[in-house]
Amino acid sequence: MLAGYGYKDASGDFFVTIDTDRCNGCGDCVSACPAAVFAVVDEDPHDPLREDPVVMVSPDKNRQLKYACGPCKPRSGRPPLPCVSACNAGAISHSW
Amino acid sequence: MTQENQQEFWRWTESSWKNPDMDWKDAGFVTVGIDVGSVSSQACIMADGKIYAFANMRTGSDSPASARNALENALKTTDMPEERVDYCVGTGYGRVNVPFADRAVTEIACHARGANFIYGPAVRTVLDVGGQDIKAISCDEKGRVTHFLMNDKCAAGTGRGMEVFADLLGVSINEVGDRSFQYQGPEPDAVSSTCVVYARSEATGLLRKGWTTEKVLAAYCRAMAERIFALLERLGVEPGFGVTGGMAKNRGVMDRLTAMIRLEPMRTAWDVQVAGAVGAALFGHALCRRGKGRKR
Repeated sequence: MLAGYGYKDASGDFFVTIDTDRCNGCGDCVSACPAAVFAVVDEDPHDPLREDPVVMVSPDKNRQLKYACGPCKPRSGRPPLPCVSACNAGAISHSW
Repeated sequence: MTQENQQEFWRWTESSWKNPDMDWKDAGFVTVGIDVGSVSSQACIMADGKIYAFANMRTGSDSPASARNALENALKTTDMPEERVDYCVGTGYGRVNVPFADRAVTEIACHARGANFIYGPAVRTVLDVGGQDIKAISCDEKGRVTHFLMNDKCAAGTGRGMEVFADLLGVSINEVGDRSFQYQGPEPDAVSSTCVVYARSEATGLLRKGWTTEKVLAAYCRAMAERIFALLERLGVEPGFGVTGGMAKNRGVMDRLTAMIRLEPMRTAWDVQVAGAVGAALFGHALCRRGKGRKR
């Protein structure tokens, strides 16, 4: 499942997508993210029949991703995103 | 002193239903799904994965009480005692506030599963326009979510926005769709803002400029359809398009959206507002079959 967290507003699209088929719930992104955007949960609230842990975007960060992710996304000379490089499974992607 | 006009144009009708051909005494598993939304709450009682009874009520200021109210109204249509329930799943905006639920599941999963049940396995794209958010979901033939996008940041283009508008213009919420098509002239441009607060002041301005109620409704319905379309466009719409939630009953928005995506929405005899509760009850059934039901 491609779980699209975030929102779309007049200033743009701000979605962080987690591919739950690739995510193994290891939690490397949780420690890599300086803004505490991610959280590992034992039960996926979007998929009650899944029995393995999975990562999701914390509900309190869901509506402010533009600002939470902002410091990792400078206008120029963009370094690789810490969450994306931390994820060995390649499960995280950003829409902006 | 002037008499306040007490009429409430936003009020939609509550309902409950029971399948006359079924009896709970014959059932193996009885599961309940409760969907507590920001505007409406539904309870669906399922016997062995078939809809036995449901109720669709308004949500009050107290989520636990609204959940209980919905369940009691569904139970009232039957003679089944509440103790017979094997599993109860809570979903929706107020899902953590369903004290008697065994498990909370998000409305994303429940609406996909519910749409798969009420529209049939051909449904691939589910649009849920709720009271204060919009969800666009892709799912497979079993109702499993493959991709979802949700916009819960503001109430623009949602059911509550439509209620505020109905009240402002003094048009009953059930007539908004038809009235918006009664404007004879060419279709007006969408109001520039779907934000409930700004659209409200914009509409007041348009009325003052001499626009008829019908023309303002047409412009507002168009704005809502455009906003919903923007989210759907990002997800990508596939044939097998089903709409759930109260906005599916508003043809002013739905017919305009249909024209934009050039895809006819699927039809069903079921009340599309209960899709979330139906999905929740189906998950309860699946979990019971895995041996996770209540011990009796």
